[in-house]
Amino acid sequence: MRAAIAGDESAYRKLLSELSQVLRGVVRRGFAGVGVPRDDVEDVVQDVLLAIHLKRHTWDRSMPLGPWVSAIARNKMIDDLRRRGRRPEVAVDLSEFEIEGEDQQASIDARDLDRVLNGLSDKNRDIVRSISIDGHSAKEVAERLGMTEVAVRVALHRSLKALAATYQEKNT
Amino acid sequence: MRTDDLIKAIAADAKTVEPPIGQTLTMAVGAGTLISALLFLWALGIRDNFMDSIATSVRFAFKFVLTLSVAIPAFLLVRGLARPDFKPDGRLWWLALAPALLLAGIIGEMMVLPADTWKARMIGQNSVYCLIVIPILSLAPLAAVLYALRKGAPTHPVTAGAVGGLLSAGIAATLYAAHCPDDSPLFLAAWYTIGVVVMTGVGALLGSRMLRW
Repeated sequence: MRAAIAGDESAYRKLLSELSQVLRGVVRRGFAGVGVPRDDVEDVVQDVLLAIHLKRHTWDRSMPLGPWVSAIARNKMIDDLRRRGRRPEVAVDLSEFEIEGEDQQASIDARDLDRVLNGLSDKNRDIVRSISIDGHSAKEVAERLGMTEVAVRVALHRSLKALAATYQEKNT
Repeated sequence: MRTDDLIKAIAADAKTVEPPIGQTLTMAVGAGTLISALLFLWALGIRDNFMDSIATSVRFAFKFVLTLSVAIPAFLLVRGLARPDFKPDGRLWWLALAPALLLAGIIGEMMVLPADTWKARMIGQNSVYCLIVIPILSLAPLAAVLYALRKGAPTHPVTAGAVGGLLSAGIAATLYAAHCPDDSPLFLAAWYTIGVVVMTGVGALLGSRMLRW
């Protein structure tokens, strides 16, 4: 996370990938007792990843990362349960969970985010899709669209914020 | 969208990190305080005998000890509450400092003053003014604190809002104390507390609406 905050993309990607596996187990287990469908787990995992990204400046670097991630995951799980009209009682303790060996769910589509993605402007959706699904770099996207790389990065950042905000609006 | 794809998009956005939340909060509170201080100096101003009073009157000095005992612990707590992994538990006791000091002040005042003067001291000269001015001077710091908390990730939005409201009132009360002609702890207990409690409530209400993420 320290490298990620310093702007190291590949370190950040590796971290998010590992965290997503841990989170998937945590959310699945947290929801198992209250009967939330498994498909919905991925929606919450994605919501948590976006929150980790957009709120990473609230992590105190002198503190361990685990409790901070747990607190964000817990908040998002409670939100999700509240949305379903259930009593939000979720215990999240990352220390109890191992990283899951297999990572099958990462290839499962989360439906919420697709709906949310449709709410973006055509250009922003194009940028997000090119970088995420097609795996292009910001520079390549910039060349294709005739934009500067900075403008692409700004548009990407705004789009991620918009995605997170749409999750939030659903909650209220 | 697949989670792996989302991760790619997020990683590509690695460079846009906001300044640390503690820094944002400190600067916002500083700016809010500055606005209220300028408003205070323009509209009211420090009372004429300020230097004289601060050196000679224990009551006058005690006003600032009391208002700062509201503002400083509230500021430290808000810095914690802006982070998701903050556990409010024991540190909420910091907030008991101001009520304890006030109680001690009241008892001291009642011991040194004859009972027939208590009422006049409590009612003071300017109570209505005090009731209006403290909430008004709270507005800029409150807006600043809520703005910074929205940048943060409070997992206790109502508490964070309430302590933010308390902080704003503590700042406002510290400013107003420099103007207010009434120095008795009895006056502070009767009137200052109303403004402080109201702003804490306003903060809690706004917190529950604005600070979810």
